[in-house]
Amino acid sequence: MAVLVLGEVTDGQLSLDATAKAVTAAKVLGEVTVLCAGGSAAAAGAEAAMIEGVARVLVAEDATLGHRLAEPTAALVAGLSGYSHIVAPATTDAKNVMPRVAALLDVMVISDVVGIVDADTFERPVYAGNAMQTVRSSDAVKVLTVRTTAFEAAASGGSAAVENVAAAADPALSEWVEDKVAASDRPDLTSAGIVVSGGRGIGSEENFAIVAALADKLGAAVGASRAAVDAGYAPNDWQVGQTGKVVAPALYVAVGISGAIQHLAGMKDSKVIVAINKDEDAPIFQVADYGLVGDLFEIVPELTAKI
Amino acid sequence: MKILVPVKRVIDYNVKVRVKSDGSGVDLANVKMSMNPFDEIAVEEAIRLKEQGTASEVVVVSIGVKQASETLRTALAMGADRAILIEAAADVNTDIEPLAVAKLLAAVVRDEQPGLVIAGKQAIDNDMNATGQMLSALLGWSQATFASKLEIEGEAALVTREVDGGMQTIRVKMPTIVTVDLRLNEPRYASLPNIMKAKKKPLEEKTPADYGVDVTPRLTIVKTVEPAGRSAGIKVGSVDELVSKLKEAGVI
Repeated sequence: MAVLVLGEVTDGQLSLDATAKAVTAAKVLGEVTVLCAGGSAAAAGAEAAMIEGVARVLVAEDATLGHRLAEPTAALVAGLSGYSHIVAPATTDAKNVMPRVAALLDVMVISDVVGIVDADTFERPVYAGNAMQTVRSSDAVKVLTVRTTAFEAAASGGSAAVENVAAAADPALSEWVEDKVAASDRPDLTSAGIVVSGGRGIGSEENFAIVAALADKLGAAVGASRAAVDAGYAPNDWQVGQTGKVVAPALYVAVGISGAIQHLAGMKDSKVIVAINKDEDAPIFQVADYGLVGDLFEIVPELTAKI
Repeated sequence: MKILVPVKRVIDYNVKVRVKSDGSGVDLANVKMSMNPFDEIAVEEAIRLKEQGTASEVVVVSIGVKQASETLRTALAMGADRAILIEAAADVNTDIEPLAVAKLLAAVVRDEQPGLVIAGKQAIDNDMNATGQMLSALLGWSQATFASKLEIEGEAALVTREVDGGMQTIRVKMPTIVTVDLRLNEPRYASLPNIMKAKKKPLEEKTPADYGVDVTPRLTIVKTVEPAGRSAGIKVGSVDELVSKLKEAGVI
């Protein structure tokens, strides 16, 4: 069987981590072709060709494919025939595009896959991660997005052939206006090895500096609970949880986070979880490997100083 | 301009979900059901556009069991003008798939000719995040997903979207489909007089057969189980102890 992976390309750059994880999921289903589409995509295609397990790379470079607009990208993907599966990492870009692809092919999309049982059968979380469902598809083409936290990134070292493909006719339905990208020197939240997150207990936007200081000492990404985001202490793109980002770092440090179900859904697959909270009954301690009860304003600076 | 808003009846977001021990699904017996929270935001946005004079009518539609009429009444009480219930399932445990929902909505759009469809970005039960995008594909319309800001500019809509790493603003041609994210607005509560008034607002009842749409699922649910548990670890007594444990675990 042949599998098409939609590579994650942003402004001409391949997100290697997300794409390599999608390749890992796709490899068990058949021979992998990676599509890199964008206003510029050749460099991304060359990088994707080096992911181990990739047999072929398709590069679609066209102005209409810039800025990840859903309509031209979905038209391109749906027009590439001969694949039993179309797989993408479950990023906001892919979640924008893949259901559209599925509908164009008259098939269901299967979102946020965390396990591949066989070519037709997949595991995915439902109810904000409170249940795990196994579904079997009867569709001719399976369109999937895969949770990157559930798959290891494929190694580099491959040398796939690269071909160019043409963009589909431009439906001219939407145009890009601007991107406001949060500039940061810290690692990306979804691929960071360590994440330090703050919750409502942090108390203010200014106080988040102590979370950031610990994160910087550890070389970590900074996250936040939805409660902290809703209170205006942290920007929304820091949000970890069912309605934010799903992370699974080697170390997750939850500071002043009570552990609402919706937050746990976004971080409970982390390898080691540390919880720092003044309330010893906080639900976060039920998932934490190491819990420390006390005043975070004393504990966090001390921890920052001692590591 | 008419606005169409699809709403879904789901398990209330405050209810602790219980997975049935036989693997057949989630226990929905005697559980509080409510409007999907993202759909409440969609209804609110449509009503605000009407209040601003941008929209002339807000039509809400729900696809599912008969009891979804209660969800539609909630939307009417918030301020929607009329409702359409497409009764597509008899059993509350039957979830109509996004593809079938999108096909039914496409048929409603052909009947109603709205200039804008505003939908929640995902339902909090199946978490598929698909219906809006699928509807857009079936209609050949533009789409603007995960909206945190929406401005109608006549023949186009300017939409700010929440994407990984920040915000993206796009301009989409009307008619369009917008799916909404959490921070677009704060939905209002329906007042008691409006709840009473909503009982008299029109609610049309339909079936998938009326639209010639086959709602047979493409996905068979093999089983539904509790997620792998995670057991509580230990409480440490000091920062020094925490640091030494983390060093032992090899994570710092």
